[in-house]
Amino acid sequence: MSLKLELLTPELSLLIFALLVILLDLGIKQKKVLAGVSILGLLVSGGFVLTLWGRESASAFNGMFLVDPFALFFKLLFLIAAGLVILASQDYVSKFARFQGEYYALILISAIGMMLLATTGELISIYIALELSSISLYILTGFLKDPKSSEAGLKYLLLGAVASATLLYGMALVFGLTGKTRLTEIAQAIQTIPLTTLLDSPALLLGIILLACGFGFKIACVPFQMWVPDVYEGAPTPITAYLSVASKAAGFAVIARFFYTTFGVPDWLSLNWGILFASLSAITMTLGNVIAIAQTNIKRMLGYSSIAQAGYLMVGLAAVGVASMADTLGRSGLLFFLASYTLTNLGAFIAIIAISNKIDSDLIDDYTGMGSRAPLLALGLTLCLISLIGLPPTAGLIAKIYIFNAGVHYGLLWLVVIGVINSCISAYYYLGVVKVMWLGAPVSEEKVPSSWALRIVLALTCLGVLVLGIIPGKFVQIAETAVRIFTS
Amino acid sequence: MTVLDIVFWLLAVISIGAALAVVFLQNIFRAALFLVLCFFAVAGLFITLQADFLAVAQVLIYVGAISILIILAIMLTREMWRGNPGGRFQLPAFIIALGLFGVMVWAVINTSWQISAELPLVPTTAAIGSRLFGEGGLLLPLEIAAVLLLAAILGAIVLVREK
Repeated sequence: MSLKLELLTPELSLLIFALLVILLDLGIKQKKVLAGVSILGLLVSGGFVLTLWGRESASAFNGMFLVDPFALFFKLLFLIAAGLVILASQDYVSKFARFQGEYYALILISAIGMMLLATTGELISIYIALELSSISLYILTGFLKDPKSSEAGLKYLLLGAVASATLLYGMALVFGLTGKTRLTEIAQAIQTIPLTTLLDSPALLLGIILLACGFGFKIACVPFQMWVPDVYEGAPTPITAYLSVASKAAGFAVIARFFYTTFGVPDWLSLNWGILFASLSAITMTLGNVIAIAQTNIKRMLGYSSIAQAGYLMVGLAAVGVASMADTLGRSGLLFFLASYTLTNLGAFIAIIAISNKIDSDLIDDYTGMGSRAPLLALGLTLCLISLIGLPPTAGLIAKIYIFNAGVHYGLLWLVVIGVINSCISAYYYLGVVKVMWLGAPVSEEKVPSSWALRIVLALTCLGVLVLGIIPGKFVQIAETAVRIFTS
Repeated sequence: MTVLDIVFWLLAVISIGAALAVVFLQNIFRAALFLVLCFFAVAGLFITLQADFLAVAQVLIYVGAISILIILAIMLTREMWRGNPGGRFQLPAFIIALGLFGVMVWAVINTSWQISAELPLVPTTAAIGSRLFGEGGLLLPLEIAAVLLLAAILGAIVLVREK
């Protein structure tokens, strides 16, 4: 048996660097080196991803480990997110003298978990990869050990465990019906079961629903969003940013692959979960936006806003389901939206980290007059908030047009109308923050300083948001290439 | 009704009864003891299914290690006497759990499961070993589990540190 280790190089190299960070932590006094080593690891891993990009789709471990453009796209996305989060953590990490190595190592390990989640095509591996990414995130959430952070960590752990149990129930039912664990084999088994038997099997539909519940926790869609506000508020802010983008993207990666590969045929089955995600999407974006209006804490507000964004993203999932195997628009829209959302939301959180570090508050009212106290940070935050609404000239606009276009194309006009109405609602609270920052009177004339690391990452994300918004052509092409999912 | 059927139903009743006791008992220590009983009954169910390796692993890991860990944790908990207080959501949670249970039972009963005609393998240990490490085996999840353990150990170190 050949192991085809070259297909695993992105994960293996990142793991080696994670171990290196832990070991170096023992001997090194200058802790900044650890951040450097972590970033280097992400770059090396990213390099390996790029060497695999453009090659034929291939699989290792007998079709459990799938290297297709879809997986590689997500791997790159997670690596970028992890890198930006590590850079954004610089000010934060200096607060604790010890355990910096563990902090970086856990970020890297959770990135490995997410990369595996996007790339595995087998029930047991998917489950363990999910746990790998989740457990690292539970620990990172409770890392500060103050009452709020511990409460957030514990809540996340307990609710996450319930979600995992639900997921396992779903997997057990699907396995029980088909007797296979590899997604492609499950798909074949479902196709060979006679239609009358399949229609007579409520266990399959129940399995699909339970799987959607289990994965729904990961992407924080309604009604599995209860953990979001508390966890986002209590976790260290860089980790909140990481949760809101990378963990969510990993959830979408696994849902898209799992449902597309396994339940894509026959058409009526695909339509079933397409409609399931369409209705969840409508509820998710509406509830997220309506509750976000009432928030006074900016981290909580962005928490609810990220729930609403998950709702928009699920339009893409619904399109994939409704169009079944004919779909390409839904998936490419989903991928482009995820890329745009990752940069935008990270940018917003980085600006918040920089401002909150100085003023020591997360309340929106305390951001008053930030336009004169920290013009560049305020400008960056404004740009990101505009992108979250979906106004030109930002990535958010193109992403929304793209994903809503997919929805209309596959006959989900009603969902797109709800989405557009929701975008208008969301403008109210996003622009509320902008108004407070630029038109409010500053509490003091004192400038808000920020570290070079935060400035660089904020500049990078804002640049990304603008590039994706003004010249999206190249990136749309990448998203269209990356829709290819390994199915045989 | 064969002997196996009788044993199965006996174990089934014991495991479900013990599980209910875990949920409803006020005294956490007694609840933990019933959890051990439940683990034992499940190990017995594995034996009736001729899953010998699973049964032994269940006893070693759940009855042996995890139970002791739970009991140690209870001993180290302050105000243990407060027991297992109910929350505001006890009734709604009960109704939802009952509903889910009903749906599950309905789905499982009404599904036409495909039942394999092959005889069960005895003993299973060697087969599980070659399935895990052999050709076409489950090597990948096994290796991911190793990284998972590393993450858990890191977490334990970080979370027990002194403030």
